[in-house]
Amino acid sequence: MYNQTEILKDTSELGTEGELVINMGPQHPATHGVLHLVVTLNGETIKKIEPHLGYIHRSIEKMCESLTYRQFIYVTSRMDYLSSHINNLGCALLIEKGIQIEVPDRAKVIRVILSELTRIASHELWLGAMAMDLGAFTPFFYAFREREMITEIMEDTCGARLTMNYIVPGGLMYDLHPDFQKKVKAFVKQFKAKVTEYEDLVTNNIIFQSRTKGVGILSAEDAISFGCTGPVARASGVSCDIRKIYPYEVYDKVSFNEILDTAGDSFARYMVRVKEMNESIHIIEQLIDNIPDGDFVGKTKNVLKLPKGEFYTRVETARGEFGVFIVSEGGTTPHRIKFRSPGFSNLSALNHMAVGSKIGDLMATMGTLDLVIPDIDR
Amino acid sequence: MMTQDEIKEYIFSIAPTVSFDETGEWLNIIVDATQLKLLMTALRTGKMQMDYLFCLTCVDVKTHLTMVYHLSATTHRQSMVIKANVSREQHSIETLCDIWRTADFLEREVFEMFGVTFLNHPDLRRLILEDDFKGFPLLKDFEDPINMIKL
Repeated sequence: MYNQTEILKDTSELGTEGELVINMGPQHPATHGVLHLVVTLNGETIKKIEPHLGYIHRSIEKMCESLTYRQFIYVTSRMDYLSSHINNLGCALLIEKGIQIEVPDRAKVIRVILSELTRIASHELWLGAMAMDLGAFTPFFYAFREREMITEIMEDTCGARLTMNYIVPGGLMYDLHPDFQKKVKAFVKQFKAKVTEYEDLVTNNIIFQSRTKGVGILSAEDAISFGCTGPVARASGVSCDIRKIYPYEVYDKVSFNEILDTAGDSFARYMVRVKEMNESIHIIEQLIDNIPDGDFVGKTKNVLKLPKGEFYTRVETARGEFGVFIVSEGGTTPHRIKFRSPGFSNLSALNHMAVGSKIGDLMATMGTLDLVIPDIDR
Repeated sequence: MMTQDEIKEYIFSIAPTVSFDETGEWLNIIVDATQLKLLMTALRTGKMQMDYLFCLTCVDVKTHLTMVYHLSATTHRQSMVIKANVSREQHSIETLCDIWRTADFLEREVFEMFGVTFLNHPDLRRLILEDDFKGFPLLKDFEDPINMIKL
């Protein structure tokens, strides 16, 4: 009798014979974008994963070298399109730091509320999409029910449902929509009532648990070495929340917890994100009734010029640490701009996490990395 | 936690030829490209324990290229910037892959965008650009008449 399980267990005598190379992507339903993975298999066991990037490389860093400091912010919405407000915030903070612009308190609070709404929307989309990758279709509709409310708030606020542009150096582009507070409160109420449904549908689902527990384990040491940040690193027990370590805007005045887990597997990454949504709701609740009156934008010159030197800021997006590094020659455009995108570093750990596991588990590992391809390719 | 002077003294003891620049937000250490590996190994394994390389990039300053490494530590959270100059003709520098694994992808990106060769890199291939792409797009003298990106 041909005993398949015996053959698959033995990985010590792997030669090139019997190897199978599978091209996963560039068009694959589970990559959610054009990511090309060349997966080398022995039977069902993964031997190597090689990511091939660049299918939507738009050369954003080069493009930004010819855009002014007011213009380049909007390009970053097209990188991590699910965290566009937070990307814009990172760039605006850098310019404010460089030119020393005073930002009104009203703008600071609104920026934090929008950042947290963006984070929830991003995690909601991830939740639905990841469950769908693992074969569960229903959570997608549940997650999008709540996400739709956020998208509507964003549409009222800045006119776009995706690739939102609202944050400018010095504050905000225009004042809030009159219904903003009412709609956010309605969303908070709805979210708190419905979040238990995710627990019932996904978290306590035995099939989901057995597909994610112990799959794609990343140790804390490796997470740091690979430069992983965000929920991926926090699920491995690495404390890396920029909002806690280097607080920006009003994050030092609100109370929230940094969610940490120690298991480092796919289920831990799932739990960290679900708990993070609750923390974001907690932050919004503290701020929504306390938006100060006053100006929504500080006084700035029409033409912004960064002084000669090097600047770096970092913010916590839904995926981890987003850094902006600008070398300025003193002109109106940056000399060199580098975006440290969280997805790029998280992806580099994929090979290490998936080698030795089965190809079916790759979906769980990759899904919980929460890759956004435009963010990786830039 | 070490003070700025203690850090400078410590780095002097490892690589005596370094120079410092304190005008920016963090301490900038300019090191000779030949001594980069020595300094980086000491920073990672020595008492500073700089275990987190959060940004690795290259800047074209027309006369030469500058490699910029942003380091931090997950224990004491002090950040510093290491810089090494690479000439436009020689353009090769030691890899840091064996110290921080994140350097693997980041160095491949710099390799294709700036043409810097990383010595002893295990897998130095193009990552983002297509295989037959000509030139190094992030260099300042790069011209592409077909896909115009300058305004």
